[in-house]
Amino acid sequence: MEALTGHWNLTMSALSRTARIAAKTGLHALPTAVGIVVLSFVLLQFAPGDAVDVLAGEAGSATAEGMAEMRARFGLDRPVLEQLWTYLANLAQGNLGWSPRYNMPVSQLIWERVPDSLILAGAALVLALVIGVSLGAVMAANEGQAIDRLLSVVSLIFYSVPGFWIALMLIVLFSVKLGWLPSGGAETIGSTATGLAALLDKLRYMVLPTVSLSLIYIAIYSRLSRVSMIEAKAQDFVRTARAKGLSERRILLRHVLRNALIPVTTVAGMHVGGMLGGSVVIETIYGWPGLGRLAYEAVMGRDFGVLLGILLFSSLLVIFANVMVDIVHGLLDPRVGAPDAAV
Amino acid sequence: MPPYNNAAALRSADAPTPHLPVSEVVVPLPRVTPFYPPSPAPQPVRWRTGRRVLAVFARNPLVLIGATILLLISMVGLLAPLLFPGDPLAIVGQPFLWPGADAAHPFGTDSLGRDLLAGIAHGASISLRVGIAATALGLLIGVSIGAIAGYFGGWTDAILSRLIEIFQTLPNFVMLVVIVAIAQPSVVTLSFAIAIVTWPGVARLSRAEFRSIRARDFVMAARSLGFGPARIILSEILPSALPPLIVTASMMVASAILMESALSFMGLGDPNVVSWGSMIGAGREYLRTAWYMCALPGFAIMLTVLALNLIGDALNEILNPRNNEGPR
Repeated sequence: MEALTGHWNLTMSALSRTARIAAKTGLHALPTAVGIVVLSFVLLQFAPGDAVDVLAGEAGSATAEGMAEMRARFGLDRPVLEQLWTYLANLAQGNLGWSPRYNMPVSQLIWERVPDSLILAGAALVLALVIGVSLGAVMAANEGQAIDRLLSVVSLIFYSVPGFWIALMLIVLFSVKLGWLPSGGAETIGSTATGLAALLDKLRYMVLPTVSLSLIYIAIYSRLSRVSMIEAKAQDFVRTARAKGLSERRILLRHVLRNALIPVTTVAGMHVGGMLGGSVVIETIYGWPGLGRLAYEAVMGRDFGVLLGILLFSSLLVIFANVMVDIVHGLLDPRVGAPDAAV
Repeated sequence: MPPYNNAAALRSADAPTPHLPVSEVVVPLPRVTPFYPPSPAPQPVRWRTGRRVLAVFARNPLVLIGATILLLISMVGLLAPLLFPGDPLAIVGQPFLWPGADAAHPFGTDSLGRDLLAGIAHGASISLRVGIAATALGLLIGVSIGAIAGYFGGWTDAILSRLIEIFQTLPNFVMLVVIVAIAQPSVVTLSFAIAIVTWPGVARLSRAEFRSIRARDFVMAARSLGFGPARIILSEILPSALPPLIVTASMMVASAILMESALSFMGLGDPNVVSWGSMIGAGREYLRTAWYMCALPGFAIMLTVLALNLIGDALNEILNPRNNEGPR
């Protein structure tokens, strides 16, 4: 009975600690979010030409009156501060504005692209974390030996390869020469497959973009976890664990890895939003229908409302990811977020 | 890394250095006279650094390879106008010539009959120019803001840290695309845009350095002498904060080159110059049949960036022996 309450108390304190961390970081993030909205809005005011110009150019037969009428309809003729205010007020209601180009709400446009982007970014992040941390563990276990040096050079090469170039080279090898994998798209067009077959079909299309996107992150995580594992191995608590007679494997998994994950998760949290918004090039190359490609299309079409929405959405995602990382840290390291913690 | 210039000079000027309390109380030092010309590093330190340089080279011969590659590429970039006179965008031969097929065009020609080797040589100078300019600008902005935030602390720090955080939260590449699309792409705007997305990292690093160094004895001493903040920041703290910044700078050039090539690849580069990224972008259409058009310039990017990163790694080992940060 006593053991049960003890366990219960522990769970409660972990929960309240998590809640405290979430509240604190969430509150801290609010001014940053507002700053980002204002900054991106101001930035986009400098943009030459607006969506109406592009539409008019494409239509080829626009009159000055017609364009003025369109601007009035989209609120583009109002003073800047008023536009910002309208934007903020709309934003508070989850309304990101209207895209004249796609003729639909920006928020809807973004939401349609989010799942595919999340799938790709999530897969790349998981792949990078698994391979990167494993490589780092192998390097740390063989510090200074030939295999450590070899893998260090390999990871430095991964770090130096331009993602878009490796994407093209993978297409040459696996699609053009070997014919194993599709060179672009997100699923077989006209496919009627369902269930497992559809999933496998999707996976085939995901392999190349995921690998291209994750390469640089594999390099970052392997180097980071190598260094922090080597550092953790020299700490007192590892010596204590060894003195207790724990097996090397248990020490590695429970003590060393756990500590090495703290810097890796911090960095990975910063990468989530970058991957989502920053996979612009990879998504464009593979024709992956995600946010990155939408961003590219928006730039080319001068649809700055959409661009602003993507910038904002991915920034908010970074903030959200940072809160999650703080919570994970609380779970990994009991000192973080304790009531008397000076962290 | 001991802040050898000033702390050592101070120590030799006054035999027993009292351990100054880290507080706002300025403890006057007796008779501190001749150390305004920043004295060179004392011999023992330099000797130890020299040994460390040698040890790093011995342990890691790849550094030499990296330095050689970078030197070669810089030479090619600098001498491109002499080696390959004329416009690298001019049509000089038969199109779709594979590398090695014609001795006059050892790297082959592209879909319009432009020489790939000439393009890669001229592209080297663009890549390095953008890389160095963007890094210099990014360092200037980042170090200024980081130094002010770290040195003054308080409200200044709170506001500047918030600014750093905002810029760091914005996804880099989307931000780059937005800036370049707004500012019209050219070598100058590309460098500016890359600096705008890279300065927050530098600012964070230098803020942390300045915060820790400003509490050291020699800074307290300088303050007690009545030196103004500008002088303390520039001639007292900055030299001590340089080592990690130098390491960061070499990695920044590498990532700036990568960013420039990705932008040019997407057609957002300077349209009037040939760059490695734009060559890959132009060759992409013919990927199935003439993949060498993409492979060769990309290989040049990889070699350059790899060389810079190898050098950055070595600098890290030499300048920050106890630095435990991975690539950023």
